[in-house]
Amino acid sequence: MSYFAFLAEHGITLLLGTVTTIKVLICSMILYVIISMIFGLMRLSKNLIIQGIATVYIEFFRGTSLLVQLFWVYYVLPFFGISLEAFVAGVVALGLNFGAYGAEIVRGGILAVPKGQWEAAHALNFSPTKRIKRIIIPQIFPIILPPAANLTVELLKATALVALVTVVDLTFEAKQINSITWLSAQCFGTALLIYYIMARLALVPFLRWLEVLAAKKVGRGNA
Amino acid sequence: MEMGFRWDFAYEILPQMLWATLNTIIAAGVGYAIALVVGLFFLLGQRTPSKIINGINREIVEFIRSTPLLIQLFFVYFVLPQFGIKLSAWVCGMITIGLHFGTYLSEVYRGALEGVSKTQWEACRALNFSTAYTYRRIVLPQAFPIAIPGMGNYLVGIFKDTPLLSTIGVAELFHAATAVGGYNYRYLEPYTMVGIIFLILSVPAAMWVRKLERKVNVAQGKIKQ
Repeated sequence: MSYFAFLAEHGITLLLGTVTTIKVLICSMILYVIISMIFGLMRLSKNLIIQGIATVYIEFFRGTSLLVQLFWVYYVLPFFGISLEAFVAGVVALGLNFGAYGAEIVRGGILAVPKGQWEAAHALNFSPTKRIKRIIIPQIFPIILPPAANLTVELLKATALVALVTVVDLTFEAKQINSITWLSAQCFGTALLIYYIMARLALVPFLRWLEVLAAKKVGRGNA
Repeated sequence: MEMGFRWDFAYEILPQMLWATLNTIIAAGVGYAIALVVGLFFLLGQRTPSKIINGINREIVEFIRSTPLLIQLFFVYFVLPQFGIKLSAWVCGMITIGLHFGTYLSEVYRGALEGVSKTQWEACRALNFSTAYTYRRIVLPQAFPIAIPGMGNYLVGIFKDTPLLSTIGVAELFHAATAVGGYNYRYLEPYTMVGIIFLILSVPAAMWVRKLERKVNVAQGKIKQ
């Protein structure tokens, strides 16, 4: 069977799987960004309890394996009466896991904002909320976006794991086709290519564009 | 089915889990050793004067880095036999992990080499040291400490990615937990224990790496003690 015949027969299935992969990516991306913002700020709180909660969360999710977390959410939570759909379980596990890594990036970004900015905001009598919201947060984006871009590419790769909890994504479809046709080179090779194209031609340019945008917003880019 | 955590069941399967943990540690260790060497080859490909080799090397590294380890595992495990290369799941897993993380380690090495000040090279040039001698006695001893934290990070990273090996049937910790869970139809205890074992092993390791990182930064004069 030539490769084109393979594509003609199974290309649509793989593309449908790709759509699911993109859905998982977008949902878990939104979740992880929100979580990392919240926990990144909590990590810097002066309140020891809030800081402690954030630290435990971050250490816990960075200390265990994503696959273990995923299986725990999908197979163990039902023991406690919480049954999640495979897609939701996948997104939740990815969001929680990457949120922990993202929180550390956000924390680093906030710490990297020059002290003078804090002092100036203080001197202008901004309230603490306003100080964070209007002065500090807008400035952290150029700092955190490059590491966050790396993390997001890692996230795209990690979405492959949701296939193991029966989400019908690209990896799942590739595995399925493999078990029917045994054309392993074709189906896994195509899946690898699709992931590569998504990362190199879509996700990375988008994240670079965000970086440029963020740099311009704070007046550091060459507009 | 009984709800809640059953301690007696957990105690019963503990020996099995601990044995499997040993396999996980071996897998991580062997995979890491391969990755360290593979990383050197990618570094070599990057630093050769030939522009063509540089380009090919960069594309290979980019490809491996931006595709999921899981599918790479499947690829190696299912495709190689079609070309008559029959390898066990263990060997396939080790090769794939070695290749995948080798690309990351080559970046660590590169960063470390670039972290050595250019003036060091110029000084060696002025003293008429050979390139080999410069690397061996001047550059590498300075680059190595810079690379240590990154290398440590990826050791922890490989350790945390070993559960993926269970998907091609390597009998490591996660595989054992799934088997035990399927046999007794109870996943709560095995998976929770896997999580705890991972925490016990990787959190101290990660802390140790962070401590090393701080030490290196202090020694480099980047931050004050």
